Amino acid sequence: MKINDVILQTVTKIVVFIILTMAVYLFISGHNSPGGGFIGGLVLASALVLLFLAFDTETIMKRIPLDFKMVAAVGAFIAVATGAASLFLDIPFLSHAYSYFNLPVFGKTGLATVTIFELGVALGVVGVVVTIILSISEDV
Amino acid sequence: MNNILVLPVVIPVLAGIILVFFRSYIQIQRWLSLAAVLSVTGVSLYMLNIIQNEGIIRLDFGNWQPPFGILFVGDSFSLLLVLTTSLVAAVCLIYAFYSIGEKRERMFFYPFVLLMVAGVNGSFLTGDLFNLYVCFEVMLLASYALITLGGTKPQLRESIKYVAINVLSSWFFLVAIAYLYGTLGTLNMAHLSERIAEAGQTPLLTVISILFLLVFGLKAGLLLYFWLPGSYSVPPAAVAALFGGLLTKVGIYAMFRMFTLLFYHEPGITHTFIGIMAGITLIGGSFGAIAYKDIRQIVSFNVVIAVGFILVGLAVATPSAFEGAIYYLVHDMLVKAALFLIAGSMVALTGTTMIDRMSGLIRHYPVLGWSFFVIMLALAGIPPLSGFMGKILIGQGAVEGGAYILLALSLISSIFVLYSLLRIFLNCFWGESTTSEEEVVPLSKGWLIPCVLLTAASIGLGLGAEFVSPYVADAARTLTNPYIYIDAVMNK
Repeated sequence: MKINDVILQTVTKIVVFIILTMAVYLFISGHNSPGGGFIGGLVLASALVLLFLAFDTETIMKRIPLDFKMVAAVGAFIAVATGAASLFLDIPFLSHAYSYFNLPVFGKTGLATVTIFELGVALGVVGVVVTIILSISEDV
Repeated sequence: MNNILVLPVVIPVLAGIILVFFRSYIQIQRWLSLAAVLSVTGVSLYMLNIIQNEGIIRLDFGNWQPPFGILFVGDSFSLLLVLTTSLVAAVCLIYAFYSIGEKRERMFFYPFVLLMVAGVNGSFLTGDLFNLYVCFEVMLLASYALITLGGTKPQLRESIKYVAINVLSSWFFLVAIAYLYGTLGTLNMAHLSERIAEAGQTPLLTVISILFLLVFGLKAGLLLYFWLPGSYSVPPAAVAALFGGLLTKVGIYAMFRMFTLLFYHEPGITHTFIGIMAGITLIGGSFGAIAYKDIRQIVSFNVVIAVGFILVGLAVATPSAFEGAIYYLVHDMLVKAALFLIAGSMVALTGTTMIDRMSGLIRHYPVLGWSFFVIMLALAGIPPLSGFMGKILIGQGAVEGGAYILLALSLISSIFVLYSLLRIFLNCFWGESTTSEEEVVPLSKGWLIPCVLLTAASIGLGLGAEFVSPYVADAARTLTNPYIYIDAVMNK
């Protein structure tokens, strides 16, 4: 019997964007309130998992041709490299800088190098979660 | 600020991550991983000498002052172990080049080894209890991957036990940390020590310390070693050597830190417990070592005996016992790795793990046989090899501390070690060779050289005790006087 998943697929197409927006919001808000790279990454990964569930793995992997093991490695590299950059600047390991800039659209904005570290964490989480889900689904 | 202190962790982590991108370039994988481990050796040797001149060094991450931030603390004890870890890892990597096989090399073998080394080094260097937990997890996660890599049936069977027992003990670890944080409100080890000394080690704190003892007992194989012989005998020789040489030693290190820096006020309870556990471990390990005919099981039970022996040093807790335990810890890392490598080579050469099916190996592989002989003598504690200093100092400490039962048990266990290994030597190396000249499997140099290197290191450590002793004495001084450590962290 062919399963009718029209409703799931239609809803997914909309909901994925809500989830992704939420992920970006969580990621950015993480600097001073609950959220951050880890949680943002998990939410982002959940959007991908929903896509894998609603459509099938092959279709999605054709559209998003990423090796998620490498995504995890890139993320880990970014995270460690931001910490290790302080080795070259002769300040303690994992030191982070923070400053205000006047950006054209946003006005006065606080930018921190922690965000780069968090980006690495987020990529790492996405890579690992999707790799786990995909390798479990391959077994069955 | 000493950024150099973080290098033993950052170098292997970065190299490991970079190697993920070079998955199919096996030559790059090999040389980069070896270079990473060797550079850690150099860095730790350099730091060890800095510490002799300038005292304990520390690094506050992101410039957050203790006790608020997390930090790395390097004393002689930590760095001696970091140095030995990187040496053992380098030798095991060389062995892996020639034995591990391309299939495993393509499945991220080298990144996992590097991450494990990073976790081990991090555990030795950290000055924060929660960070210790994190580094333990880094090491364990990498070891889960290494023990299952290859996916043979016995590997998967043993890895289920290994993962289950370690997840359980990690959970206990987390609970114990939560109790301690709930009671004292800090996790910085020096700060914890200060607060325990101020408030006195109340019965509640002693109970928490016993929980920590249980956790590290599971991780190190002190009394709770039932999982160890099975899990250490299934992975390939290079991985088994890394496990046997490094992993249990991290648990031992953690126990030394906990019971010399934090919970040293009630030795009547905690150290008696450790003494009893060490004694039973010695007895159980000795029985195990002579009960089996599977060479890998015999070697794994020898790891258990060594754990009991080193913890006798902690139970007695006199300065010379600490010195002996540190000597023996360093010696045991080198020699156990050698033992696993030689046993692995013997299994690979003969195609059997049973010692009664091997015979006359020394005829075809003389260097391997004599290496085994030297390692055996070193483990039994024959002077001038590396085990001697540790055994005599722990023995001296036990006499000073009046722990005669532990002294007797540790001496008898040495005889069992000698007997169990002599049995391997007589059965496998001595006797008539059953294989004819044409059938002999040639021993590749890549297998022999790591075994010889570790044997040479053992002889070197024994003969060069003169050079090593200032470092060991300094390490033991910090263990006996916790305020040196506290002072370096809190007041500088």
